[in-house]
Amino acid sequence: MSTKQELLDELLSSIKTHSHYSTEDAHMEVDGNKILAQTTVPGLIMDLVETDDGIEGEIRVKAGIKIAKPVHICFGMIPENGIQIIDLNVVMEEDSEAQFLTHCTFPNAINLEHRMNSSVTVGPGARYTYFERHIHSNSGGIQVIPKTKIYLEEGAQFKTEFELIEGRVGLMDVDYDAVCEADSILDMITRISGKETDFIKIREAGWLKGNRSRGVLASSIALRGNAKAEIYNELTADGDYAQGHVDCKEIVQDRGVARAVPIVQVNNPKAHITHEAAIGSVDSKQLETLMSRGMDEEDAVDMIIQGMLRKK
Amino acid sequence: MSVIELIDLSLELDGKKILNNLSIQFQAGKINAVIGQNGAGKSTLAQTIMGLPDYRNFEGDILYNGISLKNLSLEERAKQGITLAWQEPARFNGIDVSSFINAGAKNKSKTTVKDSLELVGLSYTAYAHRFVDKTLSGGERKRIELASIAAMEPSVILMDEPDSGVDIEAIQYIFNVIQYLKTKKITVFMITHSIDVLKKADYAYLLCNGMLVDEGDIGRMVDYFSGNCITCNHINKPVLEAVQ
Ligand SMILES: Nc1ncnc2c1ncn2[C@@H]1O[C@H](COP(=O)(O)OP(=O)(O)OP(=O)(O)O)[C@@H](O)[C@H]1O
Ligand SMILES: [Mg+2]
Repeated sequence: MSTKQELLDELLSSIKTHSHYSTEDAHMEVDGNKILAQTTVPGLIMDLVETDDGIEGEIRVKAGIKIAKPVHICFGMIPENGIQIIDLNVVMEEDSEAQFLTHCTFPNAINLEHRMNSSVTVGPGARYTYFERHIHSNSGGIQVIPKTKIYLEEGAQFKTEFELIEGRVGLMDVDYDAVCEADSILDMITRISGKETDFIKIREAGWLKGNRSRGVLASSIALRGNAKAEIYNELTADGDYAQGHVDCKEIVQDRGVARAVPIVQVNNPKAHITHEAAIGSVDSKQLETLMSRGMDEEDAVDMIIQGMLRKK
Repeated sequence: MSVIELIDLSLELDGKKILNNLSIQFQAGKINAVIGQNGAGKSTLAQTIMGLPDYRNFEGDILYNGISLKNLSLEERAKQGITLAWQEPARFNGIDVSSFINAGAKNKSKTTVKDSLELVGLSYTAYAHRFVDKTLSGGERKRIELASIAAMEPSVILMDEPDSGVDIEAIQYIFNVIQYLKTKKITVFMITHSIDVLKKADYAYLLCNGMLVDEGDIGRMVDYFSGNCITCNHINKPVLEAVQ
């Protein structure tokens, strides 16, 4: 049996960090259903308990509190097999502000399931930024199933980035649903690289309900080997002057299969939604340019894909 | 000795003859200008020498140091030291100027990036970490393209209108690049529509309708721009062409 400290060290080393947080850094590390470490800062309440196969509870940022430094969260599983279920409510009270840096790490996974059922409420004028990076083993025996309900109150800002570009995806089934009240901003970015038999399914839906609400759903997916992806992006606009944009880029190499289904619906003549999708192989002019500089085709393809998946 | 030699080179694209029996020996280590009207076949010739996939099916031959390029792919030709600076360079999402230049550089280093950007008059601090995407202006992108080929130190450069889209002040930096390639004894094939750029070349070839219609020293070939007194079948015999 590993001690808590050993597990913590292994978890953190898999995400290339260490446990020497200062006292001003809020953080929490969870392995399976064990909370290994937790430190909070004034105005941030992390009220979570261990369950049979995960954790559940609430993270709340009190009204008017602005947390200066990012809150680090790490959900992981060091073992090769098992299940982890995270039931989480996030509440950003009025005019609060916080940035979460979350790592989900399964470095040794052979047969693992990670489920996340969460709801996020961002109160009036509050700002919530959530960056989630996944680190997976190369086995492909991982199932990642996050479901999130998002509610943005008036003037709320929600920005999330999801990144899985190291290791195998395995099976991934993402479902995000957002309701946006007046003057709120929804911004979701997804970057995933799939290979071999990986299967990626993403559904992101945003309802621009309030006047002047804005939403962007952007995904960049690279597929190699026999990887498959299905991307469902939905934006519906009801509010006056609501504005939305759906952007879906997929690079498909080898025998990869990509399906993108954008659904945009405008119920108000004053609203405006645009949609852009590009699916295909690597752009030939980009490839030819790099090859004309003496790069091998394979390296050139890699460079172009890494570029597409890179954080802008 | 000619580094690149065309022997009866012809190329059809979509059933249309674009290059027509070209036989040219480009001068080694010199700036060889290629001029001619829009649609004359200049870019097509550059792309055929480079070996882009759509331009591989030519008749005749292209020799590189006496050896046929016919069966060499784009990648193989580039590895032999031939490169192309595009008339309209590609844009890349998420690739920064520094990685782009280093991708093909002979010596991959910060100094190489710095020096080659300096050559085209762009500062390292302002540009190295910008993406080579649509946020760069067309002229900036052209200059970065030239910085990238200079860093590569190839033996043959096909430059397709290095000056197009570059403003009057920045044109000086294009001249810098040409001068640099000259001192490095790199063989340059340079397409241009600019008389000032042509004057930096050593020798020029005039193409018309995919054919070579004239060649000569720069002193004489600048006449093509100033008054069109060099005969070109296409321009001077439109009636004849219509009859044919
Ligand atoms: N894939 C193609 N199929 C058919 N015709 C083509 C194709 N590509 C080029 N052409 C034609 O070949 C001719 C030569 O084109 P090219 O781009 O080489 O001209 P250019 O001399 O570089 O002109 P410019 O000065 O405008 O750049 C043009 O008439 C063009 O329309
Ligand atoms: Mg051209």
